[in-house]
Amino acid sequence: MSHTLSYDNTFEGFLSTVFYVFEYKLSKVKIVKEERFAQTFFDIPIIVETEDEKATRIWRWLAKEAGRGACNDLYRAYLSELEGIEDDLLYFIQAVAKTKDAKHLIKNFADPTILKISKVVRKVGREKHRMDAFVRFRETKDGLYVATVEPDFDVLPLITSHFEKRYADQKWLIYDLKRNYGIYYDLHKVETVKMEMDKNVNKASYSHLFFTENELAYQELWQNYFKSVDIVSRRNTKLHLQHVPKRYWKYLSEKQPFS
Amino acid sequence: MNFDRIKEKLNILADAAKYDVSCSSSGSNRTNKDKGLGNASGMGICHTYTQDGRCVSLLKILLTNHCIFDCAYCVTRKSNDIKRAAFKVQEVVDLTINFYRRNYIEGLFLSSGIFKNPDYTMERLIQVAKKLREEENFNGYIHLKSIPGASDELMREAGLYADRLSVNIEIPTKEGLKLLAPDKKREDFTKPMQKITNEIIQYKSEKKIIKSTPIYAPAGQSTQMIVGASGESDAAIMYTAAHFYKKFQLKRVYYSGYVPISYDDRLPSIGTEVPVLRENRLYQTNWLLRFYGFDIRELLNKEHPNLDVDIDPKLGWALRNLDQFPVDVNRADKRMLARIPGVGMRSVHKILYARKYRKLNWEHLKAIGISMNRAKYFLVCDSSYFESKDRTPEQLKDLILHGGKSKFNNVYNGQLNLFETPQTKRIA
Repeated sequence: MSHTLSYDNTFEGFLSTVFYVFEYKLSKVKIVKEERFAQTFFDIPIIVETEDEKATRIWRWLAKEAGRGACNDLYRAYLSELEGIEDDLLYFIQAVAKTKDAKHLIKNFADPTILKISKVVRKVGREKHRMDAFVRFRETKDGLYVATVEPDFDVLPLITSHFEKRYADQKWLIYDLKRNYGIYYDLHKVETVKMEMDKNVNKASYSHLFFTENELAYQELWQNYFKSVDIVSRRNTKLHLQHVPKRYWKYLSEKQPFS
Repeated sequence: MNFDRIKEKLNILADAAKYDVSCSSSGSNRTNKDKGLGNASGMGICHTYTQDGRCVSLLKILLTNHCIFDCAYCVTRKSNDIKRAAFKVQEVVDLTINFYRRNYIEGLFLSSGIFKNPDYTMERLIQVAKKLREEENFNGYIHLKSIPGASDELMREAGLYADRLSVNIEIPTKEGLKLLAPDKKREDFTKPMQKITNEIIQYKSEKKIIKSTPIYAPAGQSTQMIVGASGESDAAIMYTAAHFYKKFQLKRVYYSGYVPISYDDRLPSIGTEVPVLRENRLYQTNWLLRFYGFDIRELLNKEHPNLDVDIDPKLGWALRNLDQFPVDVNRADKRMLARIPGVGMRSVHKILYARKYRKLNWEHLKAIGISMNRAKYFLVCDSSYFESKDRTPEQLKDLILHGGKSKFNNVYNGQLNLFETPQTKRIA
């Protein structure tokens, strides 16, 4: 019989589940998020409680055995939310337990699962970098710089420090509409927030309600700038789309029709 | 602020600045200060891309396109009949700050036509940078142009506010310069460059002793050469680049395929195709020199003054040096791994780590992501299957180029990400 373990959709929950697997010496395990938990006929379903202490113990042990870099990689891969990524991560963590010196195990690219994890880490890293680039703040009438995004992966935790260091003197909010939470900076610290976003906030015809005159003027200047720097005799649409895939256009000021 | 007027100026002065290809915003170590605005310490960020696929990282504009010079290759040359405009210092500051606050850009790239004289122009550029740093506490990236012929005193000051300085030598050969820009001498370009190089060295050594020494042009210097405007060879371009890298410790040399903008008969006529594939090959060569441990003399020399257009420079080198192949991926050192056609530096690192755990075979190499189409003829691994070792360079080249149409496309898409077919091409 195999076991299907479900956890509460948090990283600590996932680590608690890993702890549980070690504690009860389970083999043939599948780990899924609560929301994806579908009981099947042959599995033994287990709902694992999240325990911060156990999560911390696993995490510290991993940092000691496999190194900080490996921990960062695992966290990043986890944020991909890809189906089955938990099982790949568990495979690696179990391999660490079995390996005498696991300091470089995350770089064993001859192992298909570890190679796969490294590829996922790169994808998540790319998405993080895209968000660093593609976030477009708009200044609201109450002086908040607000941006909405829908990243492929759950990368807000990864971009927080970048934006905190950069925009230290303005209030800002980056809201992930797909996962319905955001990060908000109030001039002192960054907090995770959940809120009801007005559904008209991204509609051009409502923008004068939310945003300052200045804001709309600078959007237009930016669109103009974007047009002016184009060199027509070198146009290469394929390359352009490769760098700025269409799914991101929705929130890019330079890609909006003139208002 | 009169937005319509600003809009018009922005259109003119951004359009005039777009032929400067440098867009780098990396390499600085300027951090956010006193909770001000901006931080230039991270890696560079391309905030968007133009429709021809170039990165847009900085607000790249001219302060003015009025110019007293008449360089044939330049769109703002005195004799060209175009609309002229000039920004006020404060206008550039406002644009930069407001674009930056909205996360459109990493900072400012400010260049200028030369009005009145070089010093007067340079002074204005410095004023913008100084205002951004001192009045706005702006810690984003600033790239200033060094104006050829500007005085040492001003050049020294520029480095105190800018992250990077650059002066474009544009024409790789002295003869070409004489023909196309008779008002300018090579020394006009190299003098400010030399001044900055000296200052950087001096500030760095002072910083070691006195911690509070201000940072000085932390992202160094770069330059740009126009490709295909003066009939120069690839060797002429790359040897000039190598010379500048060494002599002035440049961070980057950029190559810009000449976009025909004039009916001047000293230059390729309007309608001539931009040499983007050649530009691409030059960048590849540049990368081989900077990151792959190649020496310029191995890639370009008296026997081979020009790069192959149909194959990449590393493959070209390998075909001329078949005696050094095949390379055993399980034993070869880093230097030799990096010389296998179809194996990039990222794959080299993966191979080095992976082979600590086991001997690698074709399956592993493929999964790691090397470009098999080219690589398979140049390496051996933990497998009994090998390509024949008795092929001539011509046979190999033919096999690689015509190894099935789709494969040919894959080679270029996978490894280079550059163009669809040899006719429509463009490099990042």
